Amino acid sequence: MTTVSMTVNGRQVSADVEDRTLLVDYLRNAISLTGTHVGCDTSQCGACVVHVDGRAVKSCTMLAVQAAGSSVTTIEGLATGDELHPVQAAFREHHGLQCGFCTPGMIMTAVDMIRRHGGQLDEATVRHELEGNICRCTGYHNIVKAILDAAAKMQMPAAAE
Amino acid sequence: MGMEGIGQRVVRKEDKRFITGKGKYTDDVKLVGMTHAHFVRSPHAHAKVVSIDSAAALAMPGVIAVLTGAELVADRIGNLICGWMVHSKDGSPMKMGAYPAMAPETVRYVGQAVAVVIAETKNQARDAAEAVTVEYEELPAATTVAAALASDAPQLHPEAPGNRVYEWSIGDKAATETAFSGAAHVVSMDITNNRLVPNPMEPRSAVANYDSGDDALTLWTTSQNPHVARLVLSAFYNIAPEHKLRVIAPDVGGGFGSKIYIYPEEIVCLWASRKVNRPIKWTSDRTEAFLTDAHGRDHVSKAEMAFDADHKILGLRVHTYANFGAYMSLFSSSVPTYLYATLLSGQYVIPAIYAEVDGVYTNTVPVDAYRGAGRPEATYLLERMMETAARQFGLDPVDLRRKNFITSFPYQTPVIMTYDAGDYNASLDAALKAIDYAGFPARKAAAAARGKLRGIGFSCYIEACGIAPSKAVGSLGAGVGLWESAEVRVNPVGTVEVLTGSHSHGQGHETTFAQLISERLGIGIDQVSIVHGDTDKVQFGMGTYGSRSGAVGMSAIVKAMDKVEAKARKIAAHLMEAAEGDIVIEGGEFKVAGTDKKMPFALVALAAYTGHNLPDGMEPGLKEGAFYDPTNFTFPAGTYVCEVEIDADTGKTEVVNFVAADDFGRMINPMIVEGQVHGGLAQGIGQALLEGTVYSDDGQLMTASYMDYCMPRADDLPSFDLHHTTTLCPGNPLGIKGCGEAGAIGSPPAVINAITDAIGHNDMSMPATPAKVWAAIHGRAAAE
Amino acid sequence: MYATNFSRAANLADASAKMGAATDGKYLAGGQTLIPTMKQRLAAPSDLIDLTRIPDLSGIKADADTVTIGAATRHYDVATSATVRGAIPAIAALAAGIGDPAVRHMGTIGGSIANNDPAADYPAAVLALGAGIITDKRTIFAEAWFQGMFSTALGTDEIVKAIQFPIPAKAAYAKFPNPASRYALAGVFVAKMKNGSVRVAATGVGEGGVLRFPALEAALQANWSAAALANVAVSPEGLLSDIHGSAEYRANLVNVMARRAVAAAG
Repeated sequence: MTTVSMTVNGRQVSADVEDRTLLVDYLRNAISLTGTHVGCDTSQCGACVVHVDGRAVKSCTMLAVQAAGSSVTTIEGLATGDELHPVQAAFREHHGLQCGFCTPGMIMTAVDMIRRHGGQLDEATVRHELEGNICRCTGYHNIVKAILDAAAKMQMPAAAE
Repeated sequence: MGMEGIGQRVVRKEDKRFITGKGKYTDDVKLVGMTHAHFVRSPHAHAKVVSIDSAAALAMPGVIAVLTGAELVADRIGNLICGWMVHSKDGSPMKMGAYPAMAPETVRYVGQAVAVVIAETKNQARDAAEAVTVEYEELPAATTVAAALASDAPQLHPEAPGNRVYEWSIGDKAATETAFSGAAHVVSMDITNNRLVPNPMEPRSAVANYDSGDDALTLWTTSQNPHVARLVLSAFYNIAPEHKLRVIAPDVGGGFGSKIYIYPEEIVCLWASRKVNRPIKWTSDRTEAFLTDAHGRDHVSKAEMAFDADHKILGLRVHTYANFGAYMSLFSSSVPTYLYATLLSGQYVIPAIYAEVDGVYTNTVPVDAYRGAGRPEATYLLERMMETAARQFGLDPVDLRRKNFITSFPYQTPVIMTYDAGDYNASLDAALKAIDYAGFPARKAAAAARGKLRGIGFSCYIEACGIAPSKAVGSLGAGVGLWESAEVRVNPVGTVEVLTGSHSHGQGHETTFAQLISERLGIGIDQVSIVHGDTDKVQFGMGTYGSRSGAVGMSAIVKAMDKVEAKARKIAAHLMEAAEGDIVIEGGEFKVAGTDKKMPFALVALAAYTGHNLPDGMEPGLKEGAFYDPTNFTFPAGTYVCEVEIDADTGKTEVVNFVAADDFGRMINPMIVEGQVHGGLAQGIGQALLEGTVYSDDGQLMTASYMDYCMPRADDLPSFDLHHTTTLCPGNPLGIKGCGEAGAIGSPPAVINAITDAIGHNDMSMPATPAKVWAAIHGRAAAE
Repeated sequence: MYATNFSRAANLADASAKMGAATDGKYLAGGQTLIPTMKQRLAAPSDLIDLTRIPDLSGIKADADTVTIGAATRHYDVATSATVRGAIPAIAALAAGIGDPAVRHMGTIGGSIANNDPAADYPAAVLALGAGIITDKRTIFAEAWFQGMFSTALGTDEIVKAIQFPIPAKAAYAKFPNPASRYALAGVFVAKMKNGSVRVAATGVGEGGVLRFPALEAALQANWSAAALANVAVSPEGLLSDIHGSAEYRANLVNVMARRAVAAAG
């Protein structure tokens, strides 16, 4: 057992876990943030995507100890109080989700995508950038619409490299 | 129609919890003292279980118990059932082998459970499962229908000689022979419908909790129909009587049919929880899901269609072999029979049809209903035949279809179904207009200039939803009725709770069902909550599958609402001293027509509960229930057109244009309906282009993860062009037909027809992978 | 995943010491191959020694003739590096196409080449450019580095520090992904070096991992154009054949991807 501490959604957390504990299991079980999901064993579905130190990563493909000392943002930390993040709002407005299981990873991926592209996205880019996120319900049609709309609304300056 | 009533594109009520990470799925359930299960599974496709040695595993840290199939039998836990009895054409009942939740003697597919380890942590359970030593005596395996029917094939179950479950038929054989003998043209094809793995993104999961104080069990599970689960667990598996078993299906992350069934893992967790007197959680990983979730499709068919000299269809003759896998899953028997062959008339006048279906055991994962269930197989067969026939006759495929369309309703097919309403020309016309059919030659030429092969393909599908009535399905062998229940509870403050036996695992019932209440009472959907998925809250229900929740589930709510409204009118009339017939409900208010008298619905509700001033003899309260049993199936139909461009150098197919023109009858929330179509199309295009299940000859599943089983990604698909035409369903109060499966049913033949059009080569099996398409173009071998 | 012990190395010496103390240790960089392998219980190292916090192992440097990329540099940082984009845009483009965005945020170039995974992308660039693999002990050139599928010249106690790529006159990478896994079914890197020599290496196709295609090289040496490859046959001999594509199909893809890469390289 190792005591693993990190900042999750702005809150300092700490838990004793085995070194083999994946970050996603740490989030779901050790600190009970169950919004991050596991949909595959091969790092392909993206249901587990969170941000570690500002970058989208697959929390099923990272040990919790690797993230020790890092700052992690999960789907639970995206909204500001009752105010939804623009990507969350766009997913709702455009019916970008059905069963909701892939949705947290989709939204975290979309937020990262918009940040990296400074909001400058087109349909082909969005579809390509969703390569690591699998949805079985929506056929992606409305997810793509939601991301494009959120990107347009956010009009962010290009992310610094 | 209010802002949130029927027909409005209302944003979903349930979304907030999903987009903020507050959904509550089964694996999110955490109980005090909870233990974890890991199953020991067979690495062999067919083998005798000689011995199981648990001693080493039991000695490992955190291990509480190792339980085996023999103990399950000793505790009289029942074998898994198939809930639909199908009889062979000779009148004999289907022949089924025993299906134990863990195999005590023989394993018949890779992944079948033989033992379970219960431990304090998930890792400990998995570590210990590897320490359980199982000695097997390997037996020869058969994974395909052809292999299982060969004269030297291994025998899977003693009860089913030759691995034959049934040899079923439908239609008029003699009339069909006559039709063929008088035919001017006969078109023949061998058609394979590829085996698919449903793959809802949430893997199956179960949490079982035995409460020794009450001698009662609770199961949280990823189910599309928790009441059916409780019924079967109680009535057949000897888990607990219904009043001592609560089944909760909380948020469920997609189902597509695969979560209809009651699986071995749920049975074992419930049984084991009582044995170890602790809560137990089991959650499938994705590889386990590939190895144990019921698969779909897997038909091999020979089809022949007879035409007269004027290209009118005279008859259809089909022989289909259905691969059922190693055991008969819960509704498997009905899929290639009553859900498949009864749709073989399609949208066409076919005077004579005769279909034979042989159900066959193989050493593979059990096969059952997957989105569409039989109807995609029927549609694929017919629509590949129609396109092929048109090519052979040198006719426009649109003209051949139009010439043979059914145009007057009701229409009795030769295969049981009575189509109630439809306008197939209307949906075809809408699709042709949307795709700009006349402009296709120019688009093809432009593609050729870019070095791409462009093709167009059609599919005119029909399906049957809301399978019913109960009496009819009972006469065909169903073990359950297929009605639905609803209860409408009006609270004293005028908010409404609707309890439904339908179950939402992505379909948005919390919104659409609330829209129905909003339409009726003029109150906002935020005043309505939909309760489902818990046997302690909802008395009974049949769940959600077969696109039934709108047509059947909402009809039950309408019936309950009728009763609520009737009582509320009486109360309002009494309070406002008006005639009941003069009460008008508008914008959340009860008004007396022709006067300015009115009162809000909330006050009517309050009056019902105070009971201070009710009509003489009226019971207080405002709560009504109803059961609704439909009079017929519903028959959604439409036309799909697909355009593809193929890179001849690599064989890669790109779907560049996809039009869907559907007739779903009345739509409650078009936004949600469109979402259902999008998802269905993705699964159908996935079947056609990407998804295929491959077994090695010795029964290893070669496509047991997303590394090898190709799930559709965003860049595999286009944005879809959706259109609607409407003929209302006359059989239910809302005129709803159902929309959940159409996309998956109608799209595969459109894609393959487009590919074969593009490459000028009619022989192409699904999935049409780049390797296969390249091989077809260049006359080479695709894969090994 | 089997139980394991994780530790972070502060520097190269610390990493070596920790490896020496482990019974069956493995170095961990981005973990995008190793962790999935461990999750499937196909690898069971007693110890994982994290190299990513060693300061010298990350970063990108260039001079007139070479670009040197620290072994722990993430794919995303390579893909977006102005230095790499300027000197060898083909490497930046290759990195931008590895896995998906989340994988690129974690995965490292050192991890990508350390295993000679037959479907990894970087080995094609390393072999086609004749890159040098700089370890804590020596520099090994590409030809000697790759020793067959999942096998390299890296010693068990040796750490990859950086990859040094010669800057070519022209280069490009074209990949045809496996539709399911999205790893390369065939990924071809073509390079024309400043001295005029031409090299073509492909990943995803060889039974022994990444390999060169002399016939394609000869044709391009004579005439650097996609058209020059049109009639050059690629033999399916020694190429992978599986449920996703026959050796013959892969051989075809090598030719097609080589043509597209040459066209892209200009």
